[in-house]
Amino acid sequence: MKAATHGFVLAAVVLCAGCGPAVNHNQSVYVLVDTSGTYTKEVVKAQGVVNYLLGNLDPGDSLAVATIKSRSFSEKDIVAKVSLTKDPIQANSQKRAFSEKMAQFAHTTQTAHGTAYTDITGGLVQAAEFLNETGAGRKTIIIFSDMQEELDYKTVRNFPIKLDGIRIIALNVSKLGTDNVDPRRYMGRLEWWEKRTRAAGATEWRVVNDMEHLERVFARRG
Amino acid sequence: MFRSLYIWPERPLLSLLALLVLAMPFLYLAREPMHTLLRRTSRAMVRPLRLGARWLGDAAAKLRTRNREVLLAHGSRELRLSIERELERVTTLVQRDLEGYPALQRKLMDEITRIEEDYKRSGEVPPPAPEWVKAIESLAKIRATGDGVVERILADIRDSLDDIYKKVVAEYRASYQGRHKILSSCLPFWRSASQTLSQVERNITSLNDSAAKIDANVIKLEGIFARRTEVENALTSSASTQFFISSLVMLIAFGGAYVNFKLISLPMSAMVGGGDYITDTLRASEIAALVIILFETLMGLFLMETLRFTSLFPFGNITEKMRRRLMWVSLAILLVLAGVEVALAVMRDSIIAADVALKQTLGSAAVQTEAGWVTRIPTFGQMILGFTLPFALAFVAIPLEYFVGSGRIVLGAGLTLLIRGAAFSLRVGASLANEGGKLAVNFYDVLIFVPLAIERWVGKARDTTARQDKLERPPAFPEPAASTEEVL
Repeated sequence: MKAATHGFVLAAVVLCAGCGPAVNHNQSVYVLVDTSGTYTKEVVKAQGVVNYLLGNLDPGDSLAVATIKSRSFSEKDIVAKVSLTKDPIQANSQKRAFSEKMAQFAHTTQTAHGTAYTDITGGLVQAAEFLNETGAGRKTIIIFSDMQEELDYKTVRNFPIKLDGIRIIALNVSKLGTDNVDPRRYMGRLEWWEKRTRAAGATEWRVVNDMEHLERVFARRG
Repeated sequence: MFRSLYIWPERPLLSLLALLVLAMPFLYLAREPMHTLLRRTSRAMVRPLRLGARWLGDAAAKLRTRNREVLLAHGSRELRLSIERELERVTTLVQRDLEGYPALQRKLMDEITRIEEDYKRSGEVPPPAPEWVKAIESLAKIRATGDGVVERILADIRDSLDDIYKKVVAEYRASYQGRHKILSSCLPFWRSASQTLSQVERNITSLNDSAAKIDANVIKLEGIFARRTEVENALTSSASTQFFISSLVMLIAFGGAYVNFKLISLPMSAMVGGGDYITDTLRASEIAALVIILFETLMGLFLMETLRFTSLFPFGNITEKMRRRLMWVSLAILLVLAGVEVALAVMRDSIIAADVALKQTLGSAAVQTEAGWVTRIPTFGQMILGFTLPFALAFVAIPLEYFVGSGRIVLGAGLTLLIRGAAFSLRVGASLANEGGKLAVNFYDVLIFVPLAIERWVGKARDTTARQDKLERPPAFPEPAASTEEVL
């Protein structure tokens, strides 16, 4: 009897090994793709990033891709979104379907004309709304843009936004012609965005222009 | 810190000396109470340490006695089980082979009788030639005289004799052939008798071996009951060996369990959800895989227990029928779990294949390989592993029993050694505290050596004066008696 009791205690110890407070490990990623002006040519790179994300997302994670246009605070701008099921085989099918949608989007965007204005703030607010709804433990917004916001005179975006608990990654922030004249403009632009997102409650702000080592950016833990 | 106390801060040594000189009279005056304080402090440390050492020593002795009891009980249980097993073997042997011994004996006796009869028959010689042999002998003595009639008669007789000789030889040969045939027909009976006797010999030898084992175990058991030291030492050594061997086997089993866990944790995510976490670090699928492995181990434990390979659980009080039922139930569950593992192995392979295919599509670097039988080998391997590992895990029960049984003894011995070590350390600590107290008293006296030297000098001087006084003073004679006149 004693031996049996010891066995059960051992099993309980093994079961409780590494016990700790339950943490939501699901992650949710929202990719904002700039489709304004000449940046539309970069959409193929964005497709590569999305494919990379699809390959690394786990069952239960969420992913959405939306465009940045003249006014981006709208669900209509969401190109594709998916919440992967817990079943890995079904999740694979969902990923495949998402990838096909993304390919179609890239194809159409490449040939289309870019929008006149760039509403990054609207896209961010829309993204935060989506991410908070998913209730994921780790929320990320990836902005695929040159980070040059241009709004028409009617669009109001100069209000404080909320990005609590969200990390922001600016990918492939290309330099504009004016940046080449005065690089301080480029740095100032990034600094301004960092300040704004941090003030909005973002947990992290990163700028990544090296597209070859995405695994460093999207490491699962740590 | 002490710099503020220096009289001459730039000369610390001199300042310290001056302070010592200043403090010396006070230290001298406080000598007795300081000595008492130092001695009592030392005693206050020594006594608890000695008390602790004694307590630990007693505890170690008690634990050793207890361990001895456990060791002897364990050894006696093992020997009893061994004797029981041997007796069971003997019973089986007796029931199986020696139960039919009367029939065997009858058969043997029949065969021997038959062989004897045949032997006798084979030994019968045809009767010798009749009386005419003598007549022929006398005729044979007749000399050839050249008489034609006689010679013709002799020739006729010779021819007749030749005929008769041939006939007799033929009969003799036929008789021999008949006897050989009888002997040939004896051969199977000889063989059968020989085989039967060999079987009997084997059974008897096996019985002898079992009896010898039982005798040896009974002698050991007697040694245990008599609490002989050599038996205790042998049991301790045996327990240590068992402990290390069972630990090694358990380690190997853990390796197998880990491989099994890795094999089923991924496909379990399809059943219980891939992204669910039960704790901070453990996924639900991992817990589910762990539960399956623990269930397999548990069923293995029950199976081994009901097969009487182990005796971890108190199954002695259940009926034989119930034990058999439990055995079949455990085996059935184990088989089902093994089947589940085979299915999970297939699912694992398909999940991985789907994942690889998706990544190839996403990376647009599709390198499709032919799905031939070679690519299916890992799947078959996983299926075989999935089916065999649960049964392999079932056998963990045997080393587990030895591990638990011998672990108690080895752990007890280790604990005794540890307590003894602690007792020894406390004893050394007590001794050091005692000597330290004495050393502190001496050191205190060294610090106040000047007043002590003066005291000694004064004392000596006082002694000298007293001695001189004693020498100078005339011996005290009794007072002279009053003058005789007065007396008278």
